[in-house]
Amino acid sequence: MGAEEGFVASVVGTPVKRIEDQRLLRGKGEYVDDLHPEGLLHAAILRSTVAHGRIVSINVKAALAMPGVRGVFTGEDIARDSGGSVPIVSLRLAPLPELEPFGQPVIANGKVRCVGEPLAVVVADTAGLAEDALEAIEVEIESLPVVPDRKASATNEILLFENLGRNSPITYTAAKGDAAAAFARAPYTRKESFRVQRHSAVCMEPRGVLAVWDGAATKMTVSGAAKVPFAGRRILARHMDLPEECVDLIESDVGGGFGVRGEFYCEDFLIPFVARKLNRPVKWIEDRRENLLTSNHSREIDIDIEIACEKDGTIVGLRGHAWVDAGAYLRTSAAIPPRNVAQFLSGPYKIANIHVDSSVMLTNKNPIGTYRGPGRFEGDFFRERLVDMAAKDLGIDRVEMRRRNLPTDADMPYPLATLNFPEKKEELDSGDYNITLDRCLAEIKWAEKAPLQGKPDADGRYHGLGIGCFIEGGAAGPRENARMVVDPDGYVSVFVGSTSIGQGLVTVSVQIASDALGVSMDRIRFYHGSTTYLKEGFGSFHSRSVVMGGSAILDAAKNLKAAIRKAAAARLNCAESDVTVGAGLAASQGARTIPLADLAKDGLSVEGTFANHHHTYAYGSAAAHVTVDPRTGRVELLEYVTVEDVGRIINPLTTNGQAVGAVVQGLGGTMMEHLQYDEHGQFLTGSLADYLLPTATDFPNIRAIVLENSPSPNNPLGTKGAGEGGIVPVGGVIANAVANALSSLKAEPRELPLSPPKIWALIQQPSA
Amino acid sequence: MKLPPFEYAAPATLDEAIALLAASGGTAKALSGGQSLMPVLAFRLASPSLLVDLRKIPGLDRIDIDAQGVKIGARVRWRDILDDARLRTAFPLLPAAISHTAHYQIRNRGTVGGSLAHADPAAEMPGIAVACDAQLVIAGSTGRRTVAAADFFTGALSTVLADDELIVEVRFPAWPTARRWAFEEFAMRRGDFALAGIAAWYDLDSGGRATNTHIGVIGACTRPQRLAKAEAALNGKAVDAAAILSAAKAATESLDPPGDLHASAAYRRSLAGTLLERALQRASS
Repeated sequence: MGAEEGFVASVVGTPVKRIEDQRLLRGKGEYVDDLHPEGLLHAAILRSTVAHGRIVSINVKAALAMPGVRGVFTGEDIARDSGGSVPIVSLRLAPLPELEPFGQPVIANGKVRCVGEPLAVVVADTAGLAEDALEAIEVEIESLPVVPDRKASATNEILLFENLGRNSPITYTAAKGDAAAAFARAPYTRKESFRVQRHSAVCMEPRGVLAVWDGAATKMTVSGAAKVPFAGRRILARHMDLPEECVDLIESDVGGGFGVRGEFYCEDFLIPFVARKLNRPVKWIEDRRENLLTSNHSREIDIDIEIACEKDGTIVGLRGHAWVDAGAYLRTSAAIPPRNVAQFLSGPYKIANIHVDSSVMLTNKNPIGTYRGPGRFEGDFFRERLVDMAAKDLGIDRVEMRRRNLPTDADMPYPLATLNFPEKKEELDSGDYNITLDRCLAEIKWAEKAPLQGKPDADGRYHGLGIGCFIEGGAAGPRENARMVVDPDGYVSVFVGSTSIGQGLVTVSVQIASDALGVSMDRIRFYHGSTTYLKEGFGSFHSRSVVMGGSAILDAAKNLKAAIRKAAAARLNCAESDVTVGAGLAASQGARTIPLADLAKDGLSVEGTFANHHHTYAYGSAAAHVTVDPRTGRVELLEYVTVEDVGRIINPLTTNGQAVGAVVQGLGGTMMEHLQYDEHGQFLTGSLADYLLPTATDFPNIRAIVLENSPSPNNPLGTKGAGEGGIVPVGGVIANAVANALSSLKAEPRELPLSPPKIWALIQQPSA
Repeated sequence: MKLPPFEYAAPATLDEAIALLAASGGTAKALSGGQSLMPVLAFRLASPSLLVDLRKIPGLDRIDIDAQGVKIGARVRWRDILDDARLRTAFPLLPAAISHTAHYQIRNRGTVGGSLAHADPAAEMPGIAVACDAQLVIAGSTGRRTVAAADFFTGALSTVLADDELIVEVRFPAWPTARRWAFEEFAMRRGDFALAGIAAWYDLDSGGRATNTHIGVIGACTRPQRLAKAEAALNGKAVDAAAILSAAKAATESLDPPGDLHASAAYRRSLAGTLLERALQRASS
């Protein structure tokens, strides 16, 4: 399958157990809080308890006088040292000049716009003493009226940024064909409103930053980086007024990423700043309350959506307006959920005419960012619910309706709606989408279970089936880099700009390197992420690391073989073309062979890169069988099956694990998780007793089937990003199953989460 | 989430513990299993001057069963209750309810006295104490007193326990073997605080009619309480579908639960009725 010359799939495609686990399961992992450099100090952050207000005064005198306190820093201190104003962190992805002013100041100065916003940093000998000192800081904030939701935001009566004159920084539009004409013509249309609640990834390990300043060497070294260390370095260097080469971000082991960890947050500036200021190593470890309150939120989108169909169920138009509650500031990845919900609202279906607006609305809540399947989870819930409703109206079987609109090989590449600001065209790359649908139906025994639909069992629980189809984008550009060095012992060290966020990066990358080089996996040393390894790296997001990092490894392997030929030719005094590179990278000419270790003396070091602007689109279908207890509103998941074609499987174990984990995470967002605020912008769910996550025992019956029928034409491995697909359709699939179960009670879910009280309320007030 | 500063003492006797509590003038807190207190401290919702750890005080960890009933020491842990095979016949309602209490790790540390003193309206132990006419033995500076569970809880997280008092023991009257009973609870996830829970039991008179009916509710109320109207709806009647429905109706009508971010008042009220219905169906079958 489209492999590079010399690439022989041997370990690629096999269920190699995760290399990472040997270390992690023995407690040998090294997380940022495991680091204890000499002279370490600890930081704690005073956060606003007011959602919207003007800072009148912050008095730190008493805190500074407390035992063990080494420094207290406020916005004024940081502004003074930063050229007069507090640094603002703005968009990393899809930036636009007009969005810059809505970025987040690293610490509040003058105004607070959400609960949790940093007001002061205390540095002390221990984390406990630092927290004690927080209580001694006197803060006076003059409260302002609060913008609690996107509707209040839209009135612009209360402004978060008075000088900018509006609460909505931008409205994106994704368009294709002529939606207005299609709707005017169509024999059937239906308009609906749906809503997804604010929730986000909750990593088992909270965020953490350790900053070590070496004044003599002018070097800032920051540990705890993840996801995008090079981007983090760029931002930090700029705001600390240092050249990039004076800043290193070191990747640590992480207890979960999911898009949330590793973006550049306020603390990623504040901790290095205070470390330099005090000339001491400083560590900050987020606690769980801070984690729920200040790590990126996501998903809070509601939509007015309309579908237009022919009588036979062919979808001819899709239009609507999505409203994204973005919180108080536009952080690094804030543009992605609103962009994605517009561009990918059509999902896997062939729809000729699309017009979707997506308005970013600021509110006095914690800012949003990307969370696994950003904008796609939400969009799939909206679209798949609407497809079910349309099928019912049209009297068409809902599976048949989907089949009628899915693309096949003959349609590829198939264009999606084009997004404006900045313009972004997208097309589905390959695949026959009916294959995953059929496989999914077969796996869950849809036909066999169909008679149960909508019927109560002996215990009074109604059975329901749900289905949904999805796509998963991957392989974000612009490029990724790798470096390979032959070590003196003949092992090969592989360095790549991808980062490990728990997805099994080391295992799959070493598998690819092993086959590309013809060297066994145990003779490869693998290094990733940190800014010390490469000149440039792009990290792990948008399901990109296998495609981008893996392809960069292929390129480096090709270059390494050429370098080996060249070095061997010099030694053997023959032409490079006469040299054969064999197993173990031993080079030979005729009967003469040089082992790799011997060539290492010649300094074999190469780089490789893979540049790509064509995204990959894995695709699939998912189905669920649920029961609903109408008396309590409890949904029980009897079975869930997801089937996804990822183009080429590097490792069936890790791919399967990613899919199942993503489904569980999606079930949490569908049924339990809800970051709640009251009308005053006060945060209500600051502990895991109130923010409910799925646990290992909640959803035991999930199966993931991963296929590789349709390789991507856009990269030499033919593989597609595959870490997010599992989560994308869950909301729609479960909601469709619940609607199906409760069809006789006329309960149609239009909002998540489908918690027992919400479903019970739906049954009390039915609507068609 | 580091604990606020406090002094710590682990006295060897009950009298010493009470003396320390009394001397602090209300600023000390007793520490038993710590499963409610520690999170409160981590969130800095309380900053006691002194924690009086009860772990060294002897004699508080016993479960005694005799003809008069069951006595459970304040330091008995949830897992002790679940592990005690005698209780499954001597007082079956209790382990049935406690099996819903939190999770494995918490059940290894959480204690009976701690839960009663904390008085969370959604907790199982206070609910069982009220539903089963338990008596609480309390020791303080001026000696011992016994308080009926029904009089002990005054509201959410609020009891008649004075600052210098400790719960020593909870006493349950004897449990006849023929008693009909059931416990039903509904939580978002197994082990979470109950959105509602019902403990129901009754004896049968010679005519097969319910008598001595006790119905206790947790979760859908501000303190654990009995539902007198629902009990009255059942007493003197054969426990059939009609009687069950009338008891459930009486229960929902007499409840005025608070709503919160997890569930509305209306939901909790309805849920309590549903759970009572299911409990009585199970008890009578």
